[in-house]
Amino acid sequence: MSFLTIFKVSLRSLGRNPIRSFLSCLGIGIGIVAVILAMAIGEGAKTMMVKEISSMGNNLMMVFPERRNRGPVSGGMGQGQTMTAEDAEAIKRELGHLVKSVSPQVRTTVQMMYGAKNWAGNVQGVATDVLDISNWTVTEGRFFTDDETRLAARVCVIGTTVQSNLFGDDESPIGKIIRLKNMTFRVIGVLGSKGANNWGQDQDDVIMAPYTSVHRYLQRSKFNTINMMNLSLVSMDDLEDAKREVSALLRQRHHLADWQDNDFETRDTTEIMNTIGSVTGIVGMLLLIFSVITLVVGGIGIMNIMLVSVTERIREIGLRMSIGATPRNILVQFILEAMVLSTVGGAAGVGVGIGASHIVGAAAGWPVLIEPASAVYAFIISSVVGLFFGFYPAWRASKLNPIDCLRYE
Amino acid sequence: MAHLIEIRDMYKIYAIGDEPVHALDGVSLSVDDGEFVAIMGSSGSGKSTMLNILGCLDVPTKGSYLLDGLEVAKRSPAELARIRCMKLGFVFQNFNLLPRTSALENVELPDLYMGRLNRRERKARAMQLLERVGLKGREMHTPAQLSGGQQQRVAIARALMNNPPVVFADEPTGNLDTKSSIEIMNLFTELSNEGITIVMVTHEDDIAAYAKRHVVMRDGKVMRDDRGEGGRKTTEEVSRLVKEALA
Repeated sequence: MSFLTIFKVSLRSLGRNPIRSFLSCLGIGIGIVAVILAMAIGEGAKTMMVKEISSMGNNLMMVFPERRNRGPVSGGMGQGQTMTAEDAEAIKRELGHLVKSVSPQVRTTVQMMYGAKNWAGNVQGVATDVLDISNWTVTEGRFFTDDETRLAARVCVIGTTVQSNLFGDDESPIGKIIRLKNMTFRVIGVLGSKGANNWGQDQDDVIMAPYTSVHRYLQRSKFNTINMMNLSLVSMDDLEDAKREVSALLRQRHHLADWQDNDFETRDTTEIMNTIGSVTGIVGMLLLIFSVITLVVGGIGIMNIMLVSVTERIREIGLRMSIGATPRNILVQFILEAMVLSTVGGAAGVGVGIGASHIVGAAAGWPVLIEPASAVYAFIISSVVGLFFGFYPAWRASKLNPIDCLRYE
Repeated sequence: MAHLIEIRDMYKIYAIGDEPVHALDGVSLSVDDGEFVAIMGSSGSGKSTMLNILGCLDVPTKGSYLLDGLEVAKRSPAELARIRCMKLGFVFQNFNLLPRTSALENVELPDLYMGRLNRRERKARAMQLLERVGLKGREMHTPAQLSGGQQQRVAIARALMNNPPVVFADEPTGNLDTKSSIEIMNLFTELSNEGITIVMVTHEDDIAAYAKRHVVMRDGKVMRDDRGEGGRKTTEEVSRLVKEALA
């Protein structure tokens, strides 16, 4: 008997019991919906986070001074006094083959005033390179130049949050003088909005000024220490080389002996990505486990129906055997029935799953990413479920003795 | 000439509890092409076991069985299935048609497993067989839409589908009323006259009277094998024959 014929026989048998067939499809269908949802949401969430992370900077690598403890009190990340702007310049000068741009960064919190309005926020002292590194844009006016940095010019660019709080919607801030810690700074540009980051922090609540100016006028520091530096690498492929060479250079500059630990730490977005990857991985894993459980439950449903079907159609099996069906014919027929049930359920599940992921995505504001491959996987998975759970009932049917079947009442 | 069916010294022993039960106890029997044989006996005589083994639905414990020149006593279930497919047709007491399936498709079924004909040929042959058994115009009826006698006609057409050398009938009229029984037995007689070999199990003398040869069994042994040299027997003659055999 040809495979196609057996397939038709299977379809006909299922067609004789449409409601039961539908209900047995349902379990697998729900399982596949769960799988599709899990994949779509997992992928969507991951893509969103990766997008957020890459908005932090291009090929970003960060260097922080070591955590310096005062007695038992931790100073916190970036509070050590070991790294200087000269370190940043040295990196740019000597590691140009690995590092495209370097921007030292100093931070301080200031009260800003313009006319009768005031606003408290962060001032970031950076270099012009920060534009390359961190994907900032200037929507109005201009950014400060390297010359202005060298000369410690009292100029600044402001984020949109600062702009709206100090100037309101009507007034252009360009060329205006604002006061930071009672020092006058000229606003020369407005930064394009970046919105909130992954952690909900408003990235537009920022003022950027040359790090030299922040040092001299806002921190009034005698030392040239910086809180961190942002590096943009030529290529992320060289990350390990860059880490090693930057470390070597900084160790040399800091006169560290072999037995001394680094007095700085490097960070890069791959670490953050890995963390995010592992978090979304765990979530994805959990979703996948639930989906698998659902699929197993669906599969058991199919197995149950098939066992009932075999018992119910035992006379039919006996008859088919007596007129020449081999055990293998019977086996294939019942496995195919189970597989048809599960793949039809699976195909319906793919459709409903895609719809459901879009609904969930729209409701949760997540991007929904359905890879075409996941539909194919779902199809394969559902046929495998059918094969796996259909095998035992089919095997039992094929091992029946035709005489017993024909006599069965 | 070689016999179509030849069993020699055949045993079928079931172990029920500690006591072995000899359902067949050293039976030898041969059937030639074109014969119409009735295997008779009361329940427990071994006639059903005999038919099961003859029909390749069961294997004997001991003994040889040559079917159409082929040794079939020790075969795997799959091999037996192929043999049944190619060499045998079955007519059962309870018809055993596929429910909710048209008469035509029921008749076509054996060829699906045989795979000898293409779709058009298969349909043509099934139509022809249904016409032969007197069901022209009812090809698309499902078993539920047919009377018992008509269902058994469909079953007979199905048994003939693969053009087997032998048709086995197990109490073919057991579920039929008298009128239908007579019609079915007349049909078997016609088929026999056309040269089809029929082996039928029955315990009813009037049904057995349609056969030409009578094999009477008891306790797993053949008690009497009347080859019907004296022409067709009446019911009374068959009754007497059985009574003599079992006396």
